Amino acid sequence: MKNRKGTASSFRGFVKKEFLHIFRDRRSAAILFGMPIIQLLLFGYAIRNEINEVKIAVSDLSHDSLTRAIKSKLLSSGTFVLAGEPESPAAIAPLFAEGEIDEAIIFEPGFGVRLERDRRAEIQVITDGSDPNVSRIITGYTTAAVLDYLRQSSFPPEGKRGVVAEPLMMFNPSLKSVYLFVPGLMAMILMLVSALMTSISITREKESGTMEVLLVSSLKPVQIILGKVVPYFILSFVNVVSIVAIASVVFGVPCRGSYLLLLMESLLFIMTALSLGIFISTMTNSQQVAMMISLGGLLLPTILLSGFIFPVESMPLPLQVISNIIPARWYLEIVRAIMLKGAGISILWQETLVLVVMTGVLVAASVRKFKERLQ
Amino acid sequence: MGTAISLDGVEKSFGAVPALRNIALRVDEGELFGLIGADGAGKTTLIRILCTLLVADDGKAEVLGLDPVKEYRSIRSRIGYMPGTFSLYEDLSVEENLRFFATVFNTTVEENYELIRDIYSQLEPFRTRRAGKLSGGMKQKLALCCALVHRPDLLLLDEPTTGVDAVSRREFWEMLQRLKKQGITIVVSTPYMDEASLCDRVAFLQEGTLLAVDTPEGVTGLFTAPLFAVRAREKYRLLRELRGFEHALSAYAFGSSVHYADRRRSASAGEIRDHLEKRGLQDIVVEPVRPGIEDTFMALMKQGRGEGDD
Repeated sequence: MKNRKGTASSFRGFVKKEFLHIFRDRRSAAILFGMPIIQLLLFGYAIRNEINEVKIAVSDLSHDSLTRAIKSKLLSSGTFVLAGEPESPAAIAPLFAEGEIDEAIIFEPGFGVRLERDRRAEIQVITDGSDPNVSRIITGYTTAAVLDYLRQSSFPPEGKRGVVAEPLMMFNPSLKSVYLFVPGLMAMILMLVSALMTSISITREKESGTMEVLLVSSLKPVQIILGKVVPYFILSFVNVVSIVAIASVVFGVPCRGSYLLLLMESLLFIMTALSLGIFISTMTNSQQVAMMISLGGLLLPTILLSGFIFPVESMPLPLQVISNIIPARWYLEIVRAIMLKGAGISILWQETLVLVVMTGVLVAASVRKFKERLQ
Repeated sequence: MGTAISLDGVEKSFGAVPALRNIALRVDEGELFGLIGADGAGKTTLIRILCTLLVADDGKAEVLGLDPVKEYRSIRSRIGYMPGTFSLYEDLSVEENLRFFATVFNTTVEENYELIRDIYSQLEPFRTRRAGKLSGGMKQKLALCCALVHRPDLLLLDEPTTGVDAVSRREFWEMLQRLKKQGITIVVSTPYMDEASLCDRVAFLQEGTLLAVDTPEGVTGLFTAPLFAVRAREKYRLLRELRGFEHALSAYAFGSSVHYADRRRSASAGEIRDHLEKRGLQDIVVEPVRPGIEDTFMALMKQGRGEGDD
């Protein structure tokens, strides 16, 4: 009499209950739906790596037509704004200290004459080292502008300098940081929603004692876990779609590869994150601990070690090794490759395989650890 | 009448801490069985073993004629379990909770509504209220409905009345009596000794050991020493003086009076009054009383601890 309706309907009831939990709790609903949008807008608008309005001081000790021409070339780009023309290089340091300028350029005395005579002259570029990222970009930009001018004019510098590097940024020529942030943000949000929320929602049942009743019920452990996972799986997918849509509509981030592949890879990454969340919840019985593990053990590495903010290549070797076990690193490579380079599965199969293996291992470990009894 | 539960030599420890020692008991079908004991006596551990959430280290156990280790799935589908904390979803409404527990047990509220009707009818006005906003008594009734919704053969209740007001407690026990009439076997644990008399049979647990298993009347029959209820103006001094009395077996505060048990086969109220008067106490009343469950339990506990007198 009891099994008349089979376990399918109990499973449906369970999933329905999970959705009720999510929508009842304003905080989790806010995290789920508000956060992706707020994060994207924050990263897209506020936190930018690209350079606008570099305040520059030019100390021209040469005062010839050439230095004037280079100067006007620099300023004409619109990126640099002239903030002062100190007569002596000694006046530059205080300007930096007061925050008046971001960069200073000094033309050596007799710049034009030396360049004509020796085919060699010196410009000193001074930047604010307390902001290394910006400094590097400004320096590169200045150098490029000067070389560009010299090449166009009658002073080809090749003679003395040999080969000159000409940077050309492929795929993201204007170095828009939002292009880089969108994939990282997707990784971060999926990690947060999937791993954090699942681990918390399972440990909450353990804390409140309802897990005891669920275990005693006719639901199988697999059904309990799946019931927990299905809602977050769906919601994470909604998040992926909305991030890609906002990124494309608001920030004009292109998706050069296949949308289908992007979504499939995202689904795979969601699976990885969900299995991580389940794994965490098998390790602890407390929501607090689950949250600490998820935030400290997942979210921070996802932000710091995945290449989201700091490139993996520039990390010290031990951290590079660690970054290999961070799922977000692989997902990030996949998303960047698909969105910006238009890569297909034939190029990305290795990264994809890494995620598949990670998911498999985590699921196997969770199933082994999930207990049908209490300890 | 068949046997619902039978335990023989059941042992369980958590690490080096023994939780249950050599437990042997039988619960008959259709019985309302009480597990009485203070906090930490092992009640919860015992109930969790019965509902297959824990596995005993040693000993033989049968629940509904099934082995709790091998046949735990069959047992789980036939028992109703209410853990010590009201395990409800506080963010779901009364009705949603009940429907949810019905679906996970493969049934519907309508199918077994008969069984829960008189309990649920009291909750009906608050149908849409969230479970977290209910009073303790209401939560308890809802949790009971949820544990009953699949019409279990055996109901295992872990301290259902703890933290619930006196009126709700009494109502709850009335409900249990009615459920018993429906043929459901009920095992209920409680720290309240006054609830012991409401059970068909009780088991006293102390530090993982069974002190006694008997009917409430049978249990009180274990208390053979002469017992008196003594009152005087200064209760604390009275207690001290009674404990200091040369024939004292025990003396402990019992409501507004002190229950005094005498070591000898017979003792008279006058003799005790004389002793107390001599000690300068005033307004002394000494009356012989029949031992209750609590008196018996106190005495058994003392024996269990291996103390003669104090």
